[in-house]
Amino acid sequence: MKILVALKQVPDTETKVKVAPDGKSLDPTDVKWITGPYDEYALEEAIRIKEAGGAEVVALTVGDDRAKEVLRNALALGADSAVLLKGQPSDDPLAVAKMVASFLEGKGFDLVLLGNKGIGGDNAAVGPMLAEILGWGHANVVVKLEVKDGAFLADRETEGGLERVAGPLPAVVTAQKGLNEPRYASLKGIMAAKKKTIEELDGAGAPAVLSNAALALPPARPDGRKIEGDPATQARALLQLLKDEAKVF
Amino acid sequence: MAGAYSTLTDLTDYMDFQSLLRAEEGMVRQAAREFVNAEVLPIIEGHAQAMTFPRELIAKMGGLGFYGPTLPETYGCAGLSSVAYGLLMYELERGDSGLRSFASVQGSLVMWPIFAYGSEAQKQRWLPAMARGEKIGCFGLTEPDFGSNPAGMLTRAVKEGGKWRINGTKMWITNGSVADVALVWAKTEEGIRGFLVERGTPGFSAPEMKGKWSLRASVTSELVLEDVLVDEEASLLPGVKGLKGPLSCLTQARFGIAWGVLGAADACYQCALDYALHRVQFDKPIAGTQLQQQKLAWMVTELTKGQLLALQLGRLKDQGRATPAQVSMAKMNNVHSALEICRKARTILGANGILDEYPVMRHMANLESVYTYEGTHDMHTLIVGEEVTGLSAYR
Ligand SMILES: Cc1cc2nc3c(=O)[nH]c(=O)nc-3n(C[C@H](O)[C@H](O)[C@H](O)COP(=O)(O)OP(=O)(O)OC[C@H]3O[C@@H](n4cnc5c(N)ncnc54)[C@H](O)[C@@H]3O)c2cc1C
Repeated sequence: MKILVALKQVPDTETKVKVAPDGKSLDPTDVKWITGPYDEYALEEAIRIKEAGGAEVVALTVGDDRAKEVLRNALALGADSAVLLKGQPSDDPLAVAKMVASFLEGKGFDLVLLGNKGIGGDNAAVGPMLAEILGWGHANVVVKLEVKDGAFLADRETEGGLERVAGPLPAVVTAQKGLNEPRYASLKGIMAAKKKTIEELDGAGAPAVLSNAALALPPARPDGRKIEGDPATQARALLQLLKDEAKVF
Repeated sequence: MAGAYSTLTDLTDYMDFQSLLRAEEGMVRQAAREFVNAEVLPIIEGHAQAMTFPRELIAKMGGLGFYGPTLPETYGCAGLSSVAYGLLMYELERGDSGLRSFASVQGSLVMWPIFAYGSEAQKQRWLPAMARGEKIGCFGLTEPDFGSNPAGMLTRAVKEGGKWRINGTKMWITNGSVADVALVWAKTEEGIRGFLVERGTPGFSAPEMKGKWSLRASVTSELVLEDVLVDEEASLLPGVKGLKGPLSCLTQARFGIAWGVLGAADACYQCALDYALHRVQFDKPIAGTQLQQQKLAWMVTELTKGQLLALQLGRLKDQGRATPAQVSMAKMNNVHSALEICRKARTILGANGILDEYPVMRHMANLESVYTYEGTHDMHTLIVGEEVTGLSAYR
């Protein structure tokens, strides 16, 4: 069993996002970069499959030198090897999916795991596109996964319920919160990762057709208002505002 | 949980000392930080208030490799650099000094001497289990009448055939009541020697000390040894004689303390900075007043100096060049600065500074112990004084 986990380096969810002077990209100063939170579930699932029945886990990311951090972290958590597809992690999910697909070609992978989306862009597109390009089966937003005898069984989150999908391997599965509880890197894992190398490949050859034209932050929230008076007056005023202004009733 | 939405603010790094770290050193710190954010910060005030040690964290920290991490892999440890170890202590003590104390004692004061001075059988027996946190250790040097001057200790061990009979009392022993094994230092005819005394050995007990206003989330105990008979082969550390034994362990632990206290100071600095930016008095944030800025500037400066001092000490240590007197300087300086940073933070928070809603008063009170244990601030001053003048002012 050979599993590829495709990871994306994203700004920490705690980062206060600023728009760069060009008006269409993220200002990278003071941004702390982390592995996409949903990708962490994907990686954890791959490691659990490896621990349960044996599998080779390859971590991959598209990006520049900075993105190696994500791979070192994946190696520390238990990935067997790591590949950096050098190239701009573009705003175009199709370009990324094509790069990953061409890497996968002829390598005999049984399963590709990814986060159901990167945080920030929220396109949730790379996984499904990758499956389309490869002509593989695909389950997204998965909260429970079983892989056995050349097939997979996945529970996916749907509006108001769960859907269980089954299909043959190879397949693409994207992870949702709840799939598992990602582990912390152990100090031994970190030291073991030091001995593994990151393979660097040229990821070019998939030109982006989409690019960001503009990036804007949501408008600043207006200041709050204080309702004065005794409790009864305040309650009445609040009710009025909820009805007339917020229109929640 | 390490996954989505964990709090990942970062440590204070005014001079970008992290650019001097190796990749894996940064990863160790990050791993420890995530652990502390998720597992320690939510529960620590409760434990400090209740005066209980968070025992549920012992195995978790063992699983992540937090005990004795600089020791080699052959004994189930991670083989980290000293700097990585220091960063681990920094993050743990950002959580609480009690937690860092637990790890210091386990790793530097018990595992390290077993590794350095123990027999192969003793190493095999204790190190892997202690690394996993399945066995807990404590270090018994201080006595009721001998603190700064341990050479005067009254605890005695007398050889009787293949056994040793130990009598004496130790005091202020971190982890004492929860330990599976106590490393007890005792005087013998051939000088001070170290003995591994297991819990349950007849004549040995470890009553907990109560009533602390500091390190409340840490167990502190007496060790009472009344005609305790131990087997020489299992118990006596063969590799060391004299005061050098316990002092060399303390050098290891003090190195970790010099790093650790900066974590407590960082937590207080960040808390005070944030508070000052948001607390409005006389229609402006108090952070905009000269007096509070003087405090904040002093705090971040001392924190930064401490980081660079600890880092250089760590590099020297990894090259085998750090001297005990250099470790004394770092322990003395960094604990003093850290305590002052916490005290200043306390004043910036005004009345809120005394509440457990903020970590400041807890860290401040904790550091009063750290100021005294592992060699008091004064003793380290006198060691540095002796180093530069060649004259001992304390003996
Ligand atoms: C919470 C806590 C945990 C501890 N854990 C451990 C542990 O795990 N194992 C262990 O063995 N010990 C432990 N200790 C004990 C600690 O190491 C001692 O308290 C410390 O060494 C100081 O000893 P003392 O308290 O007897 O003070 P003393 O030695 O009596 O000192 C009192 C004061 O006199 C000063 N002084 C002493 N001698 C001189 C001198 N020659 N010149 C000038 N001034 C001097 C000191 O600096 C200090 O200000 C712990 C202590 C605390 C508070």
